[in-house]
Amino acid sequence: MLARVLLALSLVPALAQALCQPDGQDAYKVRLSIKTALGANAYEWNESEQFLFRATLAFAMRKYTGQETFNVSSVIVCDETPRVSFWFVVTNPNDTATLIPKNAVEEAIRLSRNRINSAFLLSDKTLQFLGIPPTLAPPSQPSLPVWLIVFGVVMGIVTTGILALIIIGFIQRKKKEKTIEDEDEEEKQERIMENGISCETLEGKDGVNNGAYSHDEDRLTQL
Amino acid sequence: MAEEKNTEVSVPELGKTAEERPKWDNKVQYLLTCIGFAVGLGNVWRFPYLCQTYGGGAFLIPYIIALIFEGIPLLHMELAIGQRLRQGSIGVWNSISPFLGGVGIGSLIVSFLVGLFYNTILAWVLWYFFHSFQDPLPWRDCPLNQNKTGYIEECAKSTPVNYFWYRETLNVTPNITDNGDLQWWMVICLASAWGIVYICFIRGIETIGKAVYVTATFPYLVLTIFLIRALTLPGATEGLVYLFTPKVQVLKDPKVWLDAATQIFFSLSLAFGGLIAFSSYNPQKNNCERDAVIVGVINSATSIYASIPIFAILGFKATSNYNDCLDGNILSITNAFNIGDQNVTRENYDSWLKHLNTTHSQEIEDLHLKHCNLQEFLDQSASGTGLAFIVFTEAVIKMPGSQVWAVLFFVMLFSLGLSSMFGNLEGILTPLLDLHVVPKWLPKEAFTGLICLISFLFALIFTMGSGNYWLEIFNNYVGSLPLLIIAFFEIISVVYIYGIGRFSDDIEWMTGRRPNLYWQATWRVISPGMLLVVFLAYIVVQVQQPATYAAWNPNYINFPMTETLDYPGWVFAICILLSSVPCIFIPIVAIYRFIQWIMRRVRQSQNRNPCENHAYEPELQ
Repeated sequence: MLARVLLALSLVPALAQALCQPDGQDAYKVRLSIKTALGANAYEWNESEQFLFRATLAFAMRKYTGQETFNVSSVIVCDETPRVSFWFVVTNPNDTATLIPKNAVEEAIRLSRNRINSAFLLSDKTLQFLGIPPTLAPPSQPSLPVWLIVFGVVMGIVTTGILALIIIGFIQRKKKEKTIEDEDEEEKQERIMENGISCETLEGKDGVNNGAYSHDEDRLTQL
Repeated sequence: MAEEKNTEVSVPELGKTAEERPKWDNKVQYLLTCIGFAVGLGNVWRFPYLCQTYGGGAFLIPYIIALIFEGIPLLHMELAIGQRLRQGSIGVWNSISPFLGGVGIGSLIVSFLVGLFYNTILAWVLWYFFHSFQDPLPWRDCPLNQNKTGYIEECAKSTPVNYFWYRETLNVTPNITDNGDLQWWMVICLASAWGIVYICFIRGIETIGKAVYVTATFPYLVLTIFLIRALTLPGATEGLVYLFTPKVQVLKDPKVWLDAATQIFFSLSLAFGGLIAFSSYNPQKNNCERDAVIVGVINSATSIYASIPIFAILGFKATSNYNDCLDGNILSITNAFNIGDQNVTRENYDSWLKHLNTTHSQEIEDLHLKHCNLQEFLDQSASGTGLAFIVFTEAVIKMPGSQVWAVLFFVMLFSLGLSSMFGNLEGILTPLLDLHVVPKWLPKEAFTGLICLISFLFALIFTMGSGNYWLEIFNNYVGSLPLLIIAFFEIISVVYIYGIGRFSDDIEWMTGRRPNLYWQATWRVISPGMLLVVFLAYIVVQVQQPATYAAWNPNYINFPMTETLDYPGWVFAICILLSSVPCIFIPIVAIYRFIQWIMRRVRQSQNRNPCENHAYEPELQ
């Protein structure tokens, strides 16, 4: 009995290894770039981190399926490299010999992608699930595009400026016309100018009779 | 012909209260306006490109020679003749000889046509300015496609910056015959550009003089800020070394000298009539010789000064692209060979590659690693709108605090272009005012508004889908050949028809000093000679170049490369028309006046007795 149990126990890891195959039908490759993401604060990838990964994945499966039977042991990891990259599969908690199909795993990961990333302080780019495209964040669209707001502000200032300048110019022109009229009247009263020569200087001068322009005698031909 | 020569050139008297000629508030306004007119977008995006293409520091030699022997003499001539005759371009040439009125009309037409497309470029700058207040900048990322599974194909194949320019800004059509619709966003940007221009131009030099305190000085402030910032960026020194390393053997190519001469000529904004208009508002006793030298030197110094931050930033961009290229390769190698993260760095990349090539050469080949060469990235130069809206915007997104730099850059471009627009518009306004085509009851504000409105309506062509292609046509055909012809006629008429002796006397009266040998030599022989050579060489080069344009066609096989298409026949006819219409007025007006003169002579020869005046025949009783 004991021997059978021991045999079964020793077969389990071997069986587990057989289930997790690189390029397997239901297997996913994971690639982490910890040093790229965290630089000096990068942590070492060891067994405990691996444990966290399997736990997080189990959590993702639980969340997606609603079954609380998934455990750390359901997630099997193989082919680890110093890159840090590895393959993993998820076994069915009810039947450890079968694997959860690829689509289900993908959906589960997509649903909890943010939580998985945060557990490792990584992002979609630095914690890559090969074959699962990163969820593209749709750009935030404010209700009114920002550029129209800036345009509105600029146009408002410009229109106000134009109107102000036109009105000021109009008022200035009216004022100038009034002062010219006032000045003209005053001038008329003070000095009468004709051709730049004040009429006062012409007083007393009778002018010169220009014989060339006196037509009176030559109007009628002399008989 | 002799009668015309002896007629006194009519100079409007000072002190006429009815229509006093407007004048500058002070000398600084006048100088800043002239500098602002000369210093434009070309100083920032054409000169650095030429410098880089034509052997870096070595290009300065033909450039400075062209400035001394062509630029400054022509500039002095325009400022002096405007100041002496106190009229706009049409009035000035009419005064020198009625047969030359066509030169002024040519200037007017060129100013109008150039103003149309120049302000459209400012509308584009405004569009980018409006979009610089977002985080992240809209040209950083590609927009998602309809089902949100990936990026839009056109953007994914080219770059987000290209996509934003060609699709979201211009919405360009694949070829020039496909007009597309008026893009509403471009129309409102164009309206705001013309609105801003109008508010500065509303009362002619009265308002321009005030506006120019800001628009002419602000670019220098921004250039200095950019200079300080750019020099601290990684890769800046590579860019500067690349720009200024002189390659003296380039000087053997005549094309370099041709481009230096044309660049000086177009950079100083000669032959637009704007400089004549500005100097016509000066008091007559003003040292125009010193003004010309100041404006010419500052214009060239600005070009050189602007190229430093531009190239520092381009060097930074090239280094960033090179590093991205390297990083891409490093990631490929790290992933393929499962090497530890960050074990392959930029520094040891070469040794890793060498090692892996010896051991796993087949796999390395399968990776299709990109060939990363810093020189290649530095060679990706651009000029014109490509520099500002594609290359520079890409550099800005890599700089920390991108929004600030983008806003500063586009405001600088806008004020550079705005001060140049003032010159274009004054080149239209002043001659029309001097010709008294404006009815007395129409206030100046309304007339300037009318000019802006008409220009805006015409410029709507450039807001269509094919607008960018039409703008290139206007830029190449209007803003080039007609100016050379007009400038040539200007200097010939001043030197040989007005008379260099008389001109020298005028300058002596205005400045107190007779023009020395340098001016005499350049005005009489060297500058007209250089203009003629440049003009002929320009024609030869243009004729040899096929009439093609670069079209952005997403369905092109080699997309994202631009497709080279020929201009259709009718478009090419329009190009020829644009080049020739401004110039055709020179002979037309000359012939018209000649016919008038002939008819007057015929009428006079029929009068035997000049003293007999039939109007006064006494009536016989």
